Amino acid sequence: MSLLDVRDLTIRTGDGRDLVSGLSFSVGRGERLGLIGESGSGKSLTTLAVLGLLPDGMTATGSVELDGTQIVGASEKRLVDVRGRAAAIVFQEPLTALDPLMRVGRQLAEPLRRRRGLKGDALRKAVAEALEQVRLPEPGRIARAFPHEISGGQRQRVALAMALACDPGLLIADEPTTALDVTVQSEMLVLLDTLVGERGMAVLFVSHDLAVVSRVTDRVLVMKDGRAVEDGTVRDLVRAPRQAYTKALVDSARKLESALDLGEPR
Amino acid sequence: MTAVLELDSVGHTYRGSAAPVVEDVSLKVDAGHSLALVGESGAGKTTLLRLLLGLAGPGTGTVRFDGDPLRLGDREQMRRFRSAVQCVFQDPYASLDPRQRVSRIVAEPLRSLGVATGAAAHAKVAEALEQVGLPADAASRYPHEFSGGQRQRIAIARATVCDPRVLLADEPVSALDVTTRVKVVDLLGELKRERGLTIVMVSHDLSVVAALCERTAVLERGRVVEQGETRDVLGSPEHPYTRRLLDSVPRLPV
Repeated sequence: MSLLDVRDLTIRTGDGRDLVSGLSFSVGRGERLGLIGESGSGKSLTTLAVLGLLPDGMTATGSVELDGTQIVGASEKRLVDVRGRAAAIVFQEPLTALDPLMRVGRQLAEPLRRRRGLKGDALRKAVAEALEQVRLPEPGRIARAFPHEISGGQRQRVALAMALACDPGLLIADEPTTALDVTVQSEMLVLLDTLVGERGMAVLFVSHDLAVVSRVTDRVLVMKDGRAVEDGTVRDLVRAPRQAYTKALVDSARKLESALDLGEPR
Repeated sequence: MTAVLELDSVGHTYRGSAAPVVEDVSLKVDAGHSLALVGESGAGKTTLLRLLLGLAGPGTGTVRFDGDPLRLGDREQMRRFRSAVQCVFQDPYASLDPRQRVSRIVAEPLRSLGVATGAAAHAKVAEALEQVGLPADAASRYPHEFSGGQRQRIAIARATVCDPRVLLADEPVSALDVTTRVKVVDLLGELKRERGLTIVMVSHDLSVVAALCERTAVLERGRVVEQGETRDVLGSPEHPYTRRLLDSVPRLPV
């Protein structure tokens, strides 16, 4: 059985518009899937629906089965039990994902305390270990810092450490490197790939950037206007897109990239 | 040939901060040679752009416009400067007044610079909107009725309506989807060719830089580490930081 099984998912607004329609996909244990699409394609809403985090006024129908639990229509109590343990999420903007008034160490301690029942010295040690895992230098200093006192790349590493803290079966990453500088993005992608690989974790990686996705996952699903357009390996989609929309995406990315292939310099 | 814009050994330190954000930066913007300022967060790109825009004066060094030092208090010079140098910002959602119709937004430089009013202004706005590929009825609508890419076109129309020589653009396509990004890059290229516009662009996106700018300056922690023709700087980088930037760009599988 798949770790995540989404069947015929539809997400509707209060005034009856469908933002996601009839979406189906699945992710097995240890598997990785990329959701590709542009603004308004419904990819982020899909990840929120997987965790039962849809904003007020939006309703999901269909089925989202996460680690054996039906998320659609589940009670908040049930959802709290599933989140973090079955699946955890890293968002695009780490500054909004972290509490600005709480020191980084305390925020990271929260899931460790709740899920692993640690306290006192054992908890402090676990926090330091979690920060070391995401290759943060001086974990002691970072733990005492407030989010605004560390860089954007460091904040995103903290957010990743929090998501990994409960050892979830599925890591959801929603544009986790879009807000980062290109060199920092590159380091973050390597880190994510390594940590997830070591743990045999499944990944649902959301991005608008095919090249970024290809660094983490082979299999992708292209979305447009809330519907699945086509799926396959990045390599196949890039070489021979079957749908016009995928072709347009690939052509745009190729066209931008080709500007960098500068002929005979100097 | 006199450079349109020039930074001569410019340094700047923000109040309350010990270290300078930019130090000893010298750059020239020649007509017809678009320039990219490339670098990561904290490199000083935005500070340089503020200096080039005349929004602040440098702590040390000189900013020159058409060969003369830029005097922020000189109204006559600043008027000439504003009609020659216009700008486009990164976020098309924050840079357009939501309560004004597009016609009024685009006509703003014409009003404030006293270039044209009434029917003449109307004609120039219509022409600018057409140039950026927006439908004629766009003029009577409000910003919220447009997508991000269309909004950036409106911002470009506003910046080009008074026929400036230089367009300063701060990450003009970073907030856009990739298919939209290509179209806006194409539009900027067209404005360069057809209107002789010179672009000075701040960007971290090297492919956009390569597509639009003849010259590139790479900034690292407030200093220019490498500058020259884009095909040289990005084609065979000499500074290790430039190489690192290029190596970090994610590429599609072949």
